Amino acid sequence: MTRDLHIPRIRSRAFIVWRRNVLVWQKLIAPSLLINFGEPLLYLLGLGYGLGMFIGQMSGLPYLTFLASGIVASSAMNTASFEGMYSVYTRMVPQRTYASMLATPLDVDDIIAGEMLWCATKSTISATAILAVASLLGAVLSWAAVLVVPIAFVIGLCFAGPAIVMSAFSRSYDFFNYYFTLVITPMFILCGVFYPTETLPDALQTFVQALPLTHAVALVRPLVADQAPLHVGWHLAVLLLYAAVSYYLAVVLVRRRLVL
Amino acid sequence: MTADKIGNSAPPVIRAVGLVKKFGEAEVVRDVTFTVFSGQCVGLLGPNGAGKTTTIRMILGQSPPTSGELKVFGRAVSEHASWVRGQTGVVPQHDDLDPDFTLTENLRVYASYFGLDPITTEARIQELLDFVNLGERARSRVDQLSGGMMRRLTIARALINDPRLVVLDEPTTGLDPQARHMIWARLRDLKGSGKTLLLTTHYMEEAERLCDDLLIIDRGVIIAQGSPRELIDEYVEPEVVELRNVDASIQRELGDSIDCRTEVVGDTLYCYTPDSRPLTRRLQDIPGLSFLHRPANLEDVFLNITGRDLRE
Repeated sequence: MTRDLHIPRIRSRAFIVWRRNVLVWQKLIAPSLLINFGEPLLYLLGLGYGLGMFIGQMSGLPYLTFLASGIVASSAMNTASFEGMYSVYTRMVPQRTYASMLATPLDVDDIIAGEMLWCATKSTISATAILAVASLLGAVLSWAAVLVVPIAFVIGLCFAGPAIVMSAFSRSYDFFNYYFTLVITPMFILCGVFYPTETLPDALQTFVQALPLTHAVALVRPLVADQAPLHVGWHLAVLLLYAAVSYYLAVVLVRRRLVL
Repeated sequence: MTADKIGNSAPPVIRAVGLVKKFGEAEVVRDVTFTVFSGQCVGLLGPNGAGKTTTIRMILGQSPPTSGELKVFGRAVSEHASWVRGQTGVVPQHDDLDPDFTLTENLRVYASYFGLDPITTEARIQELLDFVNLGERARSRVDQLSGGMMRRLTIARALINDPRLVVLDEPTTGLDPQARHMIWARLRDLKGSGKTLLLTTHYMEEAERLCDDLLIIDRGVIIAQGSPRELIDEYVEPEVVELRNVDASIQRELGDSIDCRTEVVGDTLYCYTPDSRPLTRRLQDIPGLSFLHRPANLEDVFLNITGRDLRE
């Protein structure tokens, strides 16, 4: 039906939805922050020191710096993906939060925009926590790294949309395993978090250039490692394109699921 | 201008003409036409799957009609859904309170969805919690409430935007009699304060007590309409005699000697009649027979016109 397909309107009401999520998050702030700080600390200590001892330098950077910059980007991805699937699905289906919102002046366009803003906010919190941990470990080489904070927000938007699309399709939480196994984990392994993508075979390199995490890492790493960032506009454009297209798809699919 | 003239020029609260809703091939609502006027309480009655909830969803702009015209407060829902919902309070069939929040927080967050300012909101929260007798529980978490308390909170939540129209989808289903009576009292208060109510229910007693006008809907079509009294007068004989635990022999014995329309459901024989005196005199002579003589009610109307088959 064509009436599902009309272009969504982005309005300031999205912040009402965002604010509801902030209020819930505030209630669980302690365990939430513990996870935000604890997990990257484990990665950086375990892999950074453990592997770093053998590797020394990678692409001319101390391995801890190389890894930390990759983990910042991948963690922004993971955080937005988790929130966009498990939490969004909970609010959409078992908890009926969206049904209650749709009895008010809010509509699906506002809800999805608010959820994407919230996912991106959580990505930003998570990325900032890792940066803090990494700087304590001496892995952050430049003050330019503070620019990673707004970039993490854009990375969050880029991964929130596809995750919400998955939620809109899903009939249960189990479905999300496919997305993590088939999409998120391959990106985590292939997109330059642990090693430079240039070492991959040519065919795979072309493929990896189409994946958003590659562009996220390319934006974050130079800022953390005190290098001049290249092709900033292009990388941002790819991330924002993913965000825009997935927002539209998510709105259409959620309309079909809830406004039928 | 006199108040009377203003009243006459205001559009009806809900005006539905030829509403149709199809899901694929299935026609859930077929050509439904009705009007709800300001200050009325209108009941939408029907068996499960009759199209009641779908009709309500269309009124709220949550389900675009396949065809037909639908206006709320004079505006087309298809173009003004958001505005219509801003004027309306909704008590949904399934509780959808926010489990992460306290009672007060639930109302506060819900108020924010309407864009209400914090000062108005805080004043209304206390007033509404008192209205539904939950003032003492303001700081409890929602998951600590009983089913009846949750329904009452949902009613309070539906009033947070001071709506002119309140839509209630099975407001008392699953509640104990005390809770049900309390909710009825609150709904009568709302009606007394001039709000327009549209409610769906399975409980004929509820419809009879609260509603001025009833729409009986079955298989997506309105099959009867009128006040509870009008429907009873029109669709059933005024008196009913119920014979419980009857066996076939008594039925045969009574047989055609009694002047009434009979129906057997399970182990009960229902006799509908304009004058029950000859029948009850005869029944008194049969030893060991228990029977109940009562005036006809809305449930008789409902079962009479929608049939006694189970609906899934």
